[in-house]
Amino acid sequence: MEYMNKSLTKLHELLKNGEVTSQDLIKESLEKSHTLQEKCNAFVTILDDAKEERVTDNILSGIPYGVKDNYSTKGILTTGSSNTLKDYVPFFDATAITKLNEAGAVKINKTVLDEFGMGGTGTTGHTGNVLNPWDTTRICAGSSSGSACAVAAGVYPYALGTDTGDSIRKPAAYCGIVGYKPTYGMISRYGVFPFASSLDHLGVLARSVEDSAIVVDQMKGIDKNDMTSWDSSNIHLYDSLTTDSKGKKLCYIKELCDISNYPNADEELKLHLENFNKTLELCKELGMEVNEVSIDRKLLNAIYSTYVVIHSAEATSNMSNLTGLIFGPRGEGDNYITMIKDHRTKGFSPLIKRRFIIGSYVLQKENKERYFNNAQRVRRLLVDAWKELYKTYDAVILPVGIGPAKKFEDLNKELDTNTIALDEHLQVGNFGGFPSITIPNGFINNLPVGVNITGNCYDDINVLNIANSLENAMEYKGQTIGGVVNE
Amino acid sequence: MSKYKAVIGLEMHCELKSNSKVFSSAENSYSEIANSNIRPVDMAFPGTLPVANKKSIRDAIKMAMVLNCEVPEYMYFDRKNYYYPDLPKGYQITQFDSPVGVNGHIEIECNGEFIPIDIHDIHLEEDAASMDHLYDTSVIDYNRAGVPLLELVTEPCIHSAEEAVAFLEHMRSAYKYCDVSEADTKKGQIRCDVNVSIMEEDATEFGTRVEIKNINSFGNVYDAINYEIKRQSELKDAGRYDEVEQETRRFDEESGTTIRMRSKADAIDYKYFVDPNLPKYKITNEWLEEIREEIPKLRNERKQEYMSNYSLSDYDATILVKEKEISDYFEKCIEIGMDPKEACNWVNVNIIAYINKYELEIKDIYLTPEMLKFIVDNIKNGTISSKQAKEVFFKVLDEKKEPSNFISKENAQISDVNELEKIIDEIIGYSSSQVEQYRSGKDRLFDYFVGQVMKNTRGKANPIITKELLHKKLDI
Repeated sequence: MEYMNKSLTKLHELLKNGEVTSQDLIKESLEKSHTLQEKCNAFVTILDDAKEERVTDNILSGIPYGVKDNYSTKGILTTGSSNTLKDYVPFFDATAITKLNEAGAVKINKTVLDEFGMGGTGTTGHTGNVLNPWDTTRICAGSSSGSACAVAAGVYPYALGTDTGDSIRKPAAYCGIVGYKPTYGMISRYGVFPFASSLDHLGVLARSVEDSAIVVDQMKGIDKNDMTSWDSSNIHLYDSLTTDSKGKKLCYIKELCDISNYPNADEELKLHLENFNKTLELCKELGMEVNEVSIDRKLLNAIYSTYVVIHSAEATSNMSNLTGLIFGPRGEGDNYITMIKDHRTKGFSPLIKRRFIIGSYVLQKENKERYFNNAQRVRRLLVDAWKELYKTYDAVILPVGIGPAKKFEDLNKELDTNTIALDEHLQVGNFGGFPSITIPNGFINNLPVGVNITGNCYDDINVLNIANSLENAMEYKGQTIGGVVNE
Repeated sequence: MSKYKAVIGLEMHCELKSNSKVFSSAENSYSEIANSNIRPVDMAFPGTLPVANKKSIRDAIKMAMVLNCEVPEYMYFDRKNYYYPDLPKGYQITQFDSPVGVNGHIEIECNGEFIPIDIHDIHLEEDAASMDHLYDTSVIDYNRAGVPLLELVTEPCIHSAEEAVAFLEHMRSAYKYCDVSEADTKKGQIRCDVNVSIMEEDATEFGTRVEIKNINSFGNVYDAINYEIKRQSELKDAGRYDEVEQETRRFDEESGTTIRMRSKADAIDYKYFVDPNLPKYKITNEWLEEIREEIPKLRNERKQEYMSNYSLSDYDATILVKEKEISDYFEKCIEIGMDPKEACNWVNVNIIAYINKYELEIKDIYLTPEMLKFIVDNIKNGTISSKQAKEVFFKVLDEKKEPSNFISKENAQISDVNELEKIIDEIIGYSSSQVEQYRSGKDRLFDYFVGQVMKNTRGKANPIITKELLHKKLDI
């Protein structure tokens, strides 16, 4: 009997009824971890000594889960998938981990990410590439690569992720699962390695909207250690779930979704957009109103460069603590400057170094106005454009990416500049701190693709309900690799 | 003295008092044990976040108000990015874009003159760790990392070392009066950077500015400015002014000179940007009013008041206002009805001598203004002599008992005319030769009779009544 492919509520019921024990679940999850590690290289650390937890009324009690390796876990190696912290063992837990500990959830492994969350391919972690469990010649996307991979492979019902651009919501799509990042500040960032603080969100990768809601209910809450966290004690995501979204108003952006925008569209993109249109039809059948809206293409095309400027600037500063002087392997040299240089030269991957250079460049006195300040202005324009939509609509619905997961061998192919905005629009969710969820909405060439629903700040319940209704009307809820649908 | 006009700007860093550090829950207190007052955020462990200390923000706003600065509507912080081992995050949280106070102005007193000082800005930031450079190694103490620091920047409006030090003294007093800092240079709580340039008296353009960094006492500020004026003037006189470079120097205490550290051309670009971890915080008018009400009357204002309202001398008023606690004590004395001059004498002479002798603070002594008034009232109504009052004063302080315990019938002053007459008659009786000499013109002998009365009464005779009676009986 297999358990780790089941939903949280089902597992809780089985545990409560004594049909299975926490110990059984841990054993199965660990076995699957080792198998998947062989196949996909999804983990930095597998916690073979994971201890069972007492089963209580908390749905998460006794059930295994995975932790992205940028969440500080007390006494457990936490690397951020970087050589700069390859031996770093935190002496405190991230607040979100403390909350899951209190629920009696069981950590099984620490999952691979793109180094410090920077990157969208799962190829920059210090332990090597993470392979897509649906097709190992393809990427999982990133940066929550290992988490998405493991949840899709049925190692456990959920894993924690972080999302600065689309790092939960894109790998979720490429792995055929659900990825949810709630409103900025709903979950405390304390103890999670920062990437770009104004864009960093915590969230979850799971196999259903329902499971995502249960996990975030446990993770969220105001935290005295994070001044950007807010009190959400009156928000109960799981208890508020319904499958009725009749009368909800959705919109999609013509400049992103209309195939006529892409003269060079390949077969996958065509199928992806066709599939998206089917999802829109389904929304209408469910009684939702769906309208096409228009946003200036120029503004949309600025999303990615705005994102690069802001996140590079913040990342450069955030990662200045990685000097090897206080923690991390100490560099060689006869003074602090050469020691820091040595540590950072050896420790960081080329991608990160490139972004540090961009970050420093855009913050330099002579460049700041032109790049950094303008990026902040464009960020504001984009957020305002989306907020304008929320005056009329409950949520914006858009396809995730330009098709299914890319092949590793295609990563260095030149980008079609026409599709950049379509590939990167989820970053607007980070600019505005909007609640945003990706759910699977079909297959292209037997590979999963996803659709995203993004709403206004603090409107998480609305966003989850729209996703929940849609998920219920499709046949991908609970799916693991191969398209197996589980209870 | 140089024939050129000196132009001086000051940066004054002052550590603020608080329970916890400015963005960390670690204790903010001096500790002999290195690295004992630290939390993970003070060493920038990954994932830690700053949390702003509301008290420090409040104190910063208070000082901005004292300097008559404009206070912005929103409080937020910037990151100043640079690498140095005493800065674990690789950036200092400070205020660049929108300091807590800008465009301020105050008036200070220097050698009896009032001088206006323009304030460029005052901003709140975190201190760095402290480092010790030993023979072949350096050690870091993170206790100081994250201690709240208020940096005040003047406009280049100061023209002499005297003015500079008068300003610094003025500000130190303001910090102490507002109770936001101990402002103790010996504990390194105040550090200064000084910018000095010289120009012809009638020139319109400033000369080349030299910065002297990290001066840790006012005496050194004084010496550094004078040295720098001299150095620059000599170069200018010798026609070598182009050798004065825009640079950063340090003050060398041993030689009393300034020494070049680096050129301004090598200045670091700090790549400032708003810290996203500290959300913008609205400063409401209600809060501002609340803070304004907490600002006490400051030193100079009190001094002027004491001189004009109570006719105290400049000397006395200056002593009274040196410490707020002493000034408060004095004001309390007046509030409960003591004569200002009398109160001033008791405080400035007796109380200050006593607290200095035992290294106490005025708040630690047992004698309250009410007790002091009680003692003085007893002199006035003739119960005790001034000499006895002093004894009572010290007994109260030493034995920590109410003064009424030491003013009793047994040691009360003898003011009863009949009793004193009896004693005087007795003395005249056995001093016939002295009486004769006195009456024949030897006036000095009057003191002999006073002495005899005091001897007979163990000093308790009311001296005024005694003298009156003696005159009555002897001057026939």
